[in-house]
Amino acid sequence: MRLTINGQDREVSADTLTSLLAELEYEGAWLVTAVNSEMVRATDRPACQLKDGDRIEIMSPRQGG
Amino acid sequence: MLTLYGKDLASRLLLGTSQYPSPATMSEAIRQSGASVVTVSLRREMSGGRTGGDFWGLIQSLALDVLPNTAGCHSVKEAVTTAQMAREVFGTNWIKLEVIGEHDTLQPDVFGLVEAARILSEDGFAVFPYTTTDLVVAERLLEAGCRVLMPWCAPIGSAMGPVDLFALRAIRGHFPETPLIIDAGLGRPSHAAQVMEMGFDAVLLNTAVAKAGDPVGMARAFGKAVEAGREAFVSGMLEPRDMAAPSTPVIGQAVFT
Repeated sequence: MRLTINGQDREVSADTLTSLLAELEYEGAWLVTAVNSEMVRATDRPACQLKDGDRIEIMSPRQGG
Repeated sequence: MLTLYGKDLASRLLLGTSQYPSPATMSEAIRQSGASVVTVSLRREMSGGRTGGDFWGLIQSLALDVLPNTAGCHSVKEAVTTAQMAREVFGTNWIKLEVIGEHDTLQPDVFGLVEAARILSEDGFAVFPYTTTDLVVAERLLEAGCRVLMPWCAPIGSAMGPVDLFALRAIRGHFPETPLIIDAGLGRPSHAAQVMEMGFDAVLLNTAVAKAGDPVGMARAFGKAVEAGREAFVSGMLEPRDMAAPSTPVIGQAVFT
């Protein structure tokens, strides 16, 4: 299916948020995710079913003022 | 001792982690400043988690309190979602709430700020709102659940220092019991000392240290300035007067003719 991941359109085979992170080789307890502007907790990722056109945000800690 | 949302803090300086020439310089500057709180943000992870992981590991090694921000958010929805994500990943309910309303000055959208502050306070967040010196907005933020206010003294990154002393005196005077942290606009250690002498409870800064010629030295200087300003405030300063007053005793002076 086609997803928008961190602002970039991507074709992926994953159908859950957990499998998407694995497919894109993301790892780390410091990752935080949102689907269609709603946060999805790490514990909810396995059950988070993705659908065509979803907008995924994968974020992590960064410098800030 | 400064207490914010029930947490006692050893330092009255809160320091940002952005714009340093290197991670090592950032770490040393934070250490030398004496700051006990550092600000951080969330951004898109494009390297599989490595970028965020490296930074987060460095911050954790400092063993300080972390204040995540919602920098760059221009709407209530963006700020609230970012705050929720920050709580998830940083493991703190503290949030430096920024809702930017104007591009050139980075002035907060105070209407959105109050709305977001209410939503987040009701959701259990300890909100540190980046606001102006407007007294009515300050009152609304307190009504929304904020227990700390962070008025600017000049636009973010401007280094102008306290440009409106009347407004700063007014907000300090109107909210004597509320912790007030000057956030944004400080350029020099003397600026920090000045607002601390005015009775503000703490300062939050980033650019003035990170972009200094020697960030570590400047961090030390700001740390000293904040301590000096606070100690001066609690020690009771002389008010200016128009007439001279001799400091050397007049009695006992010899008369030579």
